[in-house]
Amino acid sequence: MLTAENLRKSYAGVEALRGVSFEVRPGEVVGLVGENGAGKSTLMRLLAGTQRPSGGRILRDGQPVSLASPRDANAMGIAMVFQEQSLILNLSVAENLFLGQDGEFVRHGLIDRRALRRAALHQLAKVGLDIDPDRRAGELSFAQRQMVELAKALALEDRVDRDLVILLDEPTSVLEQAEIDLLFSRVRDLQSRASFVFVSHRLDEVLAISDRVYVMRDGAVVAEAPASAVTPADLHQMMVGRGVRTEYYLESRQEPPRSDVALAVRGLGQQGAFRDVSFDLHRGEVLGLAGVIGSGREALIRVLFGFERPDAGGMEVEGQAYAPRSPADAVARGLGFVPSERRTEGLVMTLSLGANITLARIREAMTPWGLSRSKEQALARDWISRLGIRTPSADTPCRNLSGGNQQKVVLAKWRTAGSRVLILDHPTRGVDVGAKEEVFRLIRDLCDEGVAILLVADTLEETIGLSHRVLVMRDGAISAELPAPAGGKPEQVRIVEHMV
Amino acid sequence: MTTTAGKGRASARLWTSVPWRALAPVVVLAALCIALGLAADNFATAGNFARIATSAAVPAVLATGVTLVILMGGIDLSVEGAMAVAAVVAALVLVAAPGALGAVAAAFAALAAGAALGAVSGAIHVGLRAPSFMVTLGTWFIGLGLAVWLVGGGTVSVRDSELRVLALVRLGGLPLSVWVALGTVLIAWVLQSRTRLGRALFAVGGGEDLAAQSGVPVGRVKVAAFALAGLCYGLGAVLAVAQLGQGNAEIGTGRLFAAVSAAVVGGTSLLGGHGGVLHSLVGVLVVVVLSNGMILLGVPPYLQQAVQGLLIIIAVAVSLDRRGQGLVK
Repeated sequence: MLTAENLRKSYAGVEALRGVSFEVRPGEVVGLVGENGAGKSTLMRLLAGTQRPSGGRILRDGQPVSLASPRDANAMGIAMVFQEQSLILNLSVAENLFLGQDGEFVRHGLIDRRALRRAALHQLAKVGLDIDPDRRAGELSFAQRQMVELAKALALEDRVDRDLVILLDEPTSVLEQAEIDLLFSRVRDLQSRASFVFVSHRLDEVLAISDRVYVMRDGAVVAEAPASAVTPADLHQMMVGRGVRTEYYLESRQEPPRSDVALAVRGLGQQGAFRDVSFDLHRGEVLGLAGVIGSGREALIRVLFGFERPDAGGMEVEGQAYAPRSPADAVARGLGFVPSERRTEGLVMTLSLGANITLARIREAMTPWGLSRSKEQALARDWISRLGIRTPSADTPCRNLSGGNQQKVVLAKWRTAGSRVLILDHPTRGVDVGAKEEVFRLIRDLCDEGVAILLVADTLEETIGLSHRVLVMRDGAISAELPAPAGGKPEQVRIVEHMV
Repeated sequence: MTTTAGKGRASARLWTSVPWRALAPVVVLAALCIALGLAADNFATAGNFARIATSAAVPAVLATGVTLVILMGGIDLSVEGAMAVAAVVAALVLVAAPGALGAVAAAFAALAAGAALGAVSGAIHVGLRAPSFMVTLGTWFIGLGLAVWLVGGGTVSVRDSELRVLALVRLGGLPLSVWVALGTVLIAWVLQSRTRLGRALFAVGGGEDLAAQSGVPVGRVKVAAFALAGLCYGLGAVLAVAQLGQGNAEIGTGRLFAAVSAAVVGGTSLLGGHGGVLHSLVGVLVVVVLSNGMILLGVPPYLQQAVQGLLIIIAVAVSLDRRGQGLVK
């Protein structure tokens, strides 16, 4: 159906793809995994027509094709569902669905809005999405937007007289489990009309949905196997090219927490979001917070860090009353927040690594004569070696770092600021497998130093693996508290039953 | 399919879908008119309303042009330059070819000159990937320079030309220029809301990369928007020449501020993607009514300028949607 032969791509002399051959068969879901920088995204871009290969061929149904633009790729029945935020938020759902393809709705130079709406309803029905096509994309949830994206890709089948190939680039990275299940069930339903290429960091997901898996490393395909024949551990090993550590979450390094309470929460509530939340977070403890979207856990961490105020209850930090009126108050009291939106909330991407590390406590780099660059650099170099940050220099702007390394910079920032309670919001989101392990190691290091950690993780497995205790939230209240000591981790199902 | 629950949801959505924020300029305009009607005896008269309409004609046409560019997230500072070239071209054609046919030719020549300058701005902006702010700052002065050079620095008088019917002939108590301006806004509104180009303007304003990924020809859309904006400035110049009976390089002086502030006051987001030409028409009326009222109340001219400056800042402060936006710079 769609074949890539010996595809090459280099950027400014650096080879991102060095001769990749890849095949998608009719009605098949092909998984594509690899660490960040392995070349997955580059391959996707070449297939989607957003970039052109430096060498090699792409064949569609056996015929060589030239994909100079997304439009060309569309004409060949190839469409891409982008990671996130690729709908134009100020346009309506219908307008987004047919963006760039609205020519067929033009009557006498004007767009026939009724026809557009009808066509949009038809496309939305295919993915089982019951929303008004006139709503603005900005009003939809992430999951709904993802479904609209899928519908947009599928809309191709009415225009193109061949089977579709849909490229799904990390479609699940912003979704919660229930939403992922929905997406997957749609993909399965649609397998009769389209083939899919599925890119994800979540190996268990890739195996669950795919028929066949390609593993990429360093710009080349290093393995290809039926999904039924491999395990996540196998894939992981092929991706990183080294032996998987027997214990992924460093459970043996999990020490019992200390007795002193870092953060105490009593009867905390916020109208319409959560209520009557009480817990103690000890020094050296990882407290996992589990719950679906809407369970109130996002609102809870926003209140804890002073973005919003509670309506009821109170908090204590190290035995002293704590009522933050802003994130600045929270920072002053020794809290740190590692947000899931690294690019917009965690780091100033245009600033250097060093400047970001001192962002929350600039006085670490001050001298009586003003800001000292050498002091800042020394501090940055110290963190670079302590955390193993891979960067050309301390002056490198953070936007040039990989996701995992950016996350380390965020942690370095809070450690520099002297944070004793860290709120980690999806710390491994969009981070490749190798860097994930390093984030896990960091979390264990922080615990050893007596830092208290409140963790909202990407997967339940991660929550259980890393935490000392798991708090489960449902409908705004804590529905269960499960101990998760080393060697006595609870089953996922035990947590799930309290989540829904 | 439509259940009662669905209907309930629909009516709730009807309420929330009312664009309150977008309606704010209309409320401001109404409040302003009521206040001035109470404060100044001679405000609420047919004659004064005609005067307001007449002085709003040129700004409305210009604001329409600027709005098309702002909608896609750009900015066009070349208003005054494009007007200068277009006005001078129109005047020169009128001098060379008097009579009705000459007037028509002059108008088309002015439109073409404006559109050409706009297309140049757009082409440079797209071709060199240069910020529209800087490019149009350049074409503003290119336009001014060209205009001065064409007329040797002077003024071309076209007091007796047929073009002046636009200002002198009245229809329903209003000069033709007012009807031309209204027609322009109407056409631009249809273009904005009902054509592929209009859709593409919003798409580019909402997310240029995403629009490009979806196959929207972003480069062509941008050039077209700047050219259409230039066309509007050309038309504005024609109306101004008709009103003043002369063409010179200074004909656009002070027009940029009025056009941009009208767009902003009307609620078109400078970030692109929100607003439109009808918003800008309301914005123009706010600006013109305010200045008309200040004249009636005898506010000193320099203070009037300061008030207009204040208005644009207030408008930006009020209209920005800060939800979900932690920091503003």
